[in-house]
Amino acid sequence: MSENYNIDIISPEEVLLSDKVNSVTIPSFEGEMTILSDHIPLITFLRPGIIKISGDKEVKYFVEEGTVEFSENKLIILSSNVINVDNLSKEKISKMIEEAKNQLEKESLDDKKRYIISHKVDCLSGINL
Amino acid sequence: MPSLDDLRKRIASVKSTQKITKAMKMVAAAKLRKAQEMAEKGRPYSDKMNVIIQNLSKAINDPLNAPRLLVGTGEDKNHLCVVMTADRGLCGGFNTNIVKLAKNYFNKILKESKNLKIITVGTKGFDQLKRDYGKYIIKKINFKDKKKLSFQDAESIGNEIVKLFKNKEFDKCVIFFNKFKNVMTQIPQVQQVIPAKKGEQPKEEQNSFYEFEPEEEEILEDLLPKNISTQIYKGFLENSASEQGSRMTAMDNATRNAGDLVEKLTINYNRSRQAAITKELIEIISGAESL
Repeated sequence: MSENYNIDIISPEEVLLSDKVNSVTIPSFEGEMTILSDHIPLITFLRPGIIKISGDKEVKYFVEEGTVEFSENKLIILSSNVINVDNLSKEKISKMIEEAKNQLEKESLDDKKRYIISHKVDCLSGINL
Repeated sequence: MPSLDDLRKRIASVKSTQKITKAMKMVAAAKLRKAQEMAEKGRPYSDKMNVIIQNLSKAINDPLNAPRLLVGTGEDKNHLCVVMTADRGLCGGFNTNIVKLAKNYFNKILKESKNLKIITVGTKGFDQLKRDYGKYIIKKINFKDKKKLSFQDAESIGNEIVKLFKNKEFDKCVIFFNKFKNVMTQIPQVQQVIPAKKGEQPKEEQNSFYEFEPEEEEILEDLLPKNISTQIYKGFLENSASEQGSRMTAMDNATRNAGDLVEKLTINYNRSRQAAITKELIEIISGAESL
C-alpha cells in the first residue's frame, strides 16, 4: 500500500473535489496513466475519458478536456467540463454520444479534433450504469 | 414659499423613491452574496492556471519557438482593449470608473500613434465609449438577457480574441474590469492577457523539473487559449461582484439621502402648518377683540 496524496479537481465555477487519495488514473492525451504518490512532477492535458480515483472509496469523473499538474505530491486537475459519473444518466450519455457523432460527420474537422471526438464517443459508450 | 399641499406631495414622492432605492439595495445585497461566493469559488482555477503557465514558460528556453500567445508577436503596434462593464446602470461609479481608466489608456495609445481596437462587453461601457471612440469599436457584446454568466460565455469571447490574434489583428491585448476588494471598494484594473508572459521576472528557482507529455509547446498551445477564457471569466466574476457591491453602496447612500430629505421637508411642512394655524388664531382673536 503506497501513501496517500492530495488531489484537487477544480472547475472554473468551483472546487469540485479536494481529498486525499491513493491513486488516480487519468486519460492523458497520449494514453491513460495512473499516478501514485511520489510521482515525478508532471504536466499534461487530457482527452475525453474517465478519471478514476481510488482512495477510501472509488470515485469516477467524466472529463472532456483539462490540464493536469502533479508536483510535490499534489495533483491538480483543471477542467471546465467535469461530471461525476454518478450524476450521469443513460439518456444524458446517449444524447452526448449523438452530439459527438454529429460533430464527427462534419467535413471540416482536423485530425486532432476527430481523434478527440471519437475518443469521447468510445469512452461514453463504455460507461455502464 | 411652497404651499402645504406642494410640500405634502413632495414628501410623498421622496418617500416612494426611498422605497425603491431601499428595495434595490436589498436586491443588490442578496445578489452580492451570490456573486461574491462565485468570485471566491472561481479564484482557485485561475490562480492554478497561472501557476501552471508560469511553470511551463520557465521550461521553454527557446523564445523563438515559443507559442505566439505567450511571448507576443514581438511588435507593439496594434492594441486590443476589452472593456468589461455592467449591462445596467444605477450602480454608483462602477461603470464610469472602468470607462475612465480605459479612456486614459486609449489616449496614451493614440498619443503614441498606435492602432487601437476596442471590444466592449456590457451595454453601459459601449454607451459611454461610442461617442469619442466609436470608430475604434470593432465589436460589442452584451449578456443583457442572461441571468447568470457561465464559463461558456467567457469561452466564446476568449475564442473570438484568439481568432483575431491568429489573423494578426493585434499584438497586445488588455482587459479592463473592476476587481472586487470589498463592498465599499472596487478597484478598476487593467490586465494584459496577450502576450501572457510579463517580462522577465527573476523568481527563486524552483527545483521542480517537470515531465511533459506531450511536449511543452503542445501543452502551451492548448493551455494558452484556455487561459485567456479563464482570465475573462475571472473578470466577469469580479465584475459582477463589484457591480452588486457598488450598487448596494450607491443605493444605501440614496436611501439615506432620501431619509434626510424627508426629514427636512417634514420640518418645513410642520412649520408652515403651524404658521398657518397661528395666523388663523391671530385673525380670530383680533376679530373677537375688535367687537
